[in-house]
Amino acid sequence: MESEFDINQGGLRADGRRPLELRRIRMRLGVFTQADGSAYVEQGKTKILATVYGPHQPRGKAISSSTKDVKGIVNCQYSSAVFSFGAAERKKKPRGDRKSQEASQQLRHAMEAIINLELFARSQIDIFVEILQMDGSEFCVAVNAATLALIDAGISIKDYAIGCSITVSDSLLGEDDDGQCTEILDANWVEECCPSVTLSIVALPKVVDETETKSSVILTHGSGQRLHLSKLEPLRIKALQGCKDIRTIIDEAVKNHLEIFSIATALDK
Amino acid sequence: MLTSKSFYRKTKGGNIYKVVREHYLRDDIWCGSEACRKCGRRKQEILLDEENPGAKSTLFAMPHYLVLDTNIVLNQIDILDENILCNVIVPQTTLNEVRHRSSNVYKKLKEIINDPHRKFYIFINEHHKDTYIERKHGEIINDRNDRALRIVTHWYNTHLSKQKIDIKVILVTDDHENKSKAEKLGIPVVTMVEYVNSLENAGFLIDKLSKKSYILDGDARAPLFPCHLSPSQIHDGIKSATLIQGTFLASRENFLEGSVNCESIEKFILIQGRESLNRAIDGDTVAVELFSEDQWSAPSEVILIDEAEDDPGDVIDDENILAENKKIPTVEKTPTGRIVGIIRRKWRQYCGILQRSALKDNTHHLFMPAERKIPKVRIESKQAETLCTQRIIVAIDSWPRHSRYPLGHFVRALGTIGDKDTENEVLLLEHDVPHSRFSDEVLSFLPKLPWTITDSDVNQRTDLRSLEICSVDPPGCTDIDDALHCRELPNGNLEVGVHIADVSHFIRPGTALDREAASRARTVYLVDTRIDMVPELLSSDLCSLKSKEERFAFSCIWEVDHNANIITTEFFKSIILSRASLTYEEAQLRIDDERQNDDLTKSLRSLNNLAKKLKKMRLDKGALVLASPEVRFHVDSETHDPIDIEAKKVLETNSMVEEFMLLANISVAKKILMEFPECSMLRRHPEPPQVNFDPLIKAGRHQGFEINTSSGMELAKSLEAAQKKDNPYFNTMLKIVATRCMMQAVYFTSGMLQEPEFFHYGLACPIYTHFTSPIRRYADIIVHRLLAVSIGADATYSELLDKKKSHALCHNLNYRNRMAQYSTLFQLFFRNKVQLEDGYILFVRKNALQILIPKFGLEGTLYLSKKGEVPEVNFIFDAEKHIQQYGDIIFRPFDQVTVQLSLDRSNIQHEKLIFKLVKPVIPGFSIPYDSESIVTSGYSDKNTKDSPIEVMDISEAPKRKNINTPVNQKPVQLSKGKRKRKKKY
Repeated sequence: MESEFDINQGGLRADGRRPLELRRIRMRLGVFTQADGSAYVEQGKTKILATVYGPHQPRGKAISSSTKDVKGIVNCQYSSAVFSFGAAERKKKPRGDRKSQEASQQLRHAMEAIINLELFARSQIDIFVEILQMDGSEFCVAVNAATLALIDAGISIKDYAIGCSITVSDSLLGEDDDGQCTEILDANWVEECCPSVTLSIVALPKVVDETETKSSVILTHGSGQRLHLSKLEPLRIKALQGCKDIRTIIDEAVKNHLEIFSIATALDK
Repeated sequence: MLTSKSFYRKTKGGNIYKVVREHYLRDDIWCGSEACRKCGRRKQEILLDEENPGAKSTLFAMPHYLVLDTNIVLNQIDILDENILCNVIVPQTTLNEVRHRSSNVYKKLKEIINDPHRKFYIFINEHHKDTYIERKHGEIINDRNDRALRIVTHWYNTHLSKQKIDIKVILVTDDHENKSKAEKLGIPVVTMVEYVNSLENAGFLIDKLSKKSYILDGDARAPLFPCHLSPSQIHDGIKSATLIQGTFLASRENFLEGSVNCESIEKFILIQGRESLNRAIDGDTVAVELFSEDQWSAPSEVILIDEAEDDPGDVIDDENILAENKKIPTVEKTPTGRIVGIIRRKWRQYCGILQRSALKDNTHHLFMPAERKIPKVRIESKQAETLCTQRIIVAIDSWPRHSRYPLGHFVRALGTIGDKDTENEVLLLEHDVPHSRFSDEVLSFLPKLPWTITDSDVNQRTDLRSLEICSVDPPGCTDIDDALHCRELPNGNLEVGVHIADVSHFIRPGTALDREAASRARTVYLVDTRIDMVPELLSSDLCSLKSKEERFAFSCIWEVDHNANIITTEFFKSIILSRASLTYEEAQLRIDDERQNDDLTKSLRSLNNLAKKLKKMRLDKGALVLASPEVRFHVDSETHDPIDIEAKKVLETNSMVEEFMLLANISVAKKILMEFPECSMLRRHPEPPQVNFDPLIKAGRHQGFEINTSSGMELAKSLEAAQKKDNPYFNTMLKIVATRCMMQAVYFTSGMLQEPEFFHYGLACPIYTHFTSPIRRYADIIVHRLLAVSIGADATYSELLDKKKSHALCHNLNYRNRMAQYSTLFQLFFRNKVQLEDGYILFVRKNALQILIPKFGLEGTLYLSKKGEVPEVNFIFDAEKHIQQYGDIIFRPFDQVTVQLSLDRSNIQHEKLIFKLVKPVIPGFSIPYDSESIVTSGYSDKNTKDSPIEVMDISEAPKRKNINTPVNQKPVQLSKGKRKRKKKY
């Protein structure tokens, strides 16, 4: 049976949001002094810490490859703290399992897409992402945190890489205007658990604004059930809108941070 | 604004962990009042009127809105159902509580809310920034919710008065504590009783108030029933295994007996006597205490009905009847126990009639439910005068310890007793068959007329319009969902095609039409009407594969050799043009008539030949041939009154169509399972446990036949072997008994069970599904969608692939099927005639014989002795051999008797079909043979057209469930493709 309009919530989601509303986003840049760049992002109860080291001289196995001469190397590590799951269970392995490895790979792709790697020939940039608390859409928040950490590190980027998840929920919800829809943005853990599709989309919102091309979506990662191809496009459009909203928030925060930062440095002098 | 909720939750394993969730509070939640200028209007939501329409209350002269407390919704839902109450605010807190407490009431409340005329507004108070409250330390959740409701009422009042709007918002609650607290805070508050009493012109509502307290004549007497244990006591008892949890099933035959079906124990637990039953009502989930083994007893063989004509007061008198059976052979003893507590009530609304109090002006009356398993109910009504000639609906409210009967209240009247529409309504309600008109929303999804086939349709489908396709159905059938063809291929093989109406083309997933069809689950056939699953435009026109019309079909084409071995199977969507809609009889005539040699007839002949081979192959594999008495009604075409009933004739063509439908179903089942191993909808028929066969083996043994039930094949063989020359109906009778031993065939989702469990016992095939009747079964629509996806003709949607949702859907389909089967089987119309009929004894009881009239497929009870009467003829009952003896006349199962059928009209409210013995002649017991009372079955008298039809009380209908043989004796629908084909005449 197809989704029914759930009168119990009056069209609101279980936590009181409307379908296309995001959770509260809070962030801080430069939380660590030791790292070259760092950022802490909270999106609802999902809390993530990202640090950037570099650019520095390539270390380890990364040196051997020849193409790396022209372009810089990005190295990502995505890991979740053992305590990040909450009281119910402990995560056995913080990193190195299939899921984290895949997330690391995808994070690297996203970061490679925004960093002006030509500027960092023969050097390496390390990005470490640590999930402190999980409550859905972790990968997307991790991308946002990594972007912020890069900015804090002063590494030149083309645009923000913004992640936003979209989930097809099983109940019909009321939108802001008068339509009803089943797609929800920025799902929390409970919503992600419902048997359906969750797409994590990473986009460069600025490019989206300017060109409206498909290429602006640099990453999609689906989980859950099969999704019919015809439904992908509407989902993508809604998710991109979410990305733009997140970008506005992040942009504001970055400017704010830089203002304070510049005042601080000015005072130092 | 943001706040977080944290709470502790216990897992199944008993671990406790903490859950923290975000909880956003909003400032854009509208109060819903039309008068309000402050809140931004979001969309066309249900508005609360500025002026208060409907009833005027003397208590509150000004316009007012009501805020409902949970207890009001739970207990007084029947009042809320009345159109009088409008402009009601339902806070989210109430809604959530109702949902957790009773899904039934929740469903009803939802219906009311969805009706825009009622103006029930849901206020999302839990997410409103001003009305959200935190639970205080040490506050229990109920108190917190009550407080939330007071806050809501308070907020509304200040919100409206600030804007100088003269509308009062009143909290309605039956909870004393809540009420007094609200009064202290100066919040207008009222109980439902006070409010209803204060309404003008709403006297009839008072009848519908829920009754919780009861005083008949002084309550100084000792309570009749022992106390129920508290929920925590029950919980502990079940945990320590001193108590057993199970579902209570009342006996249809003896109102002082019932059984409890527990998962932990293989056998049913017998419950005897009023005190042991302890106010349990059929369907309740109860806690049972098992007696020690020396107190175990056996089900009594007595058929006992609570016949008290007037309210006998709260005395217990008829226990002694049960006490009679003292000596019980240890073999027959079954676990016996008593009910100590009710875990969950499964009360619903019951249809029945009012039994008026003997005293005039007395407002207390007894209500007699149509369902015999339900006890009588005490109700209070001032309208008894009008109600006593009507069928009414009553809801049970409570059953106090000192009351002999449960207390209830009147809900509504259905119509005059005996009126055919009323009786149909009763049947449908009693069996929970959704039968309201299709809503406008549902109808809006129908294709626009005139409907034409477009070029793109033609491109997407295979064009089979040139094939000689025809349909074969019962006469008068308008919802034709299958058609057949057969032709010779150049390579000498045959091509056989089954074409099924492409309903899934018209019913798209997710539409209101789809939801409605899913909830109806199937078309239900009554004597003179059918309750469609899909609107008539689809069922009888666009989907129906009518002759000479181009129709969309889902085709299944096989290449078979002349020995009916399948070489290839193919599925595709097609367009067909049926050449003829034949009846079984017409098709049979064509096949038999050697002069006819047109293509269509040839095709029918080869189909028939193949079908015979297929059937043989199937029977060789061990498929069962079972019987159930099937009847068909002759209905007067003008008045739709049934004129005659006749048992269905079976022609070769019936079996021809059936074989190909089976073949199509099996082929489709294989295909969808291959593509969707997790979420295919299939149909299985579990093998019954050996104990189920006991009555069959016993019955066979009495007649000198050994029935081997070790496997389906053995059973089929021994059933075929059991033939009696002098009693041609004996074999059929035996098959009827065998059918009663079977389990119910059910739909299931492939991902929920292991592969060996997919087996279909009756058909003896490893996998089966329903594909061939999408017009009248919803399961077939799902199968169509799955098949369409697997051949790339359609897209999936998430519910289709979700095995949990699919499982829930199966559950509903199975439930509706079961209910629909009862309603079609139980309904029998009878004229006011005395009629002699030949019958057979099906079961022998201690005080009665159960007789089957094969001609009508009717089962009834012939009482050998009656309570309170000294019988002239004393029958001796032998419980071991199951025989009744008087002199040298012995009644055994399967013996032939002649009985007289008549309608007992002595009590106009409760007409009963009476069986009286005619042959064998027993002086003083049987009634004399009177040739004038014989009426032939071909009887058709136009003069009786206006005479009222006599309706057999449904409680007298065939007894399907029989507590004495604790097995699943429901009639089995053995997936015969053509079983339920009583069509509209």
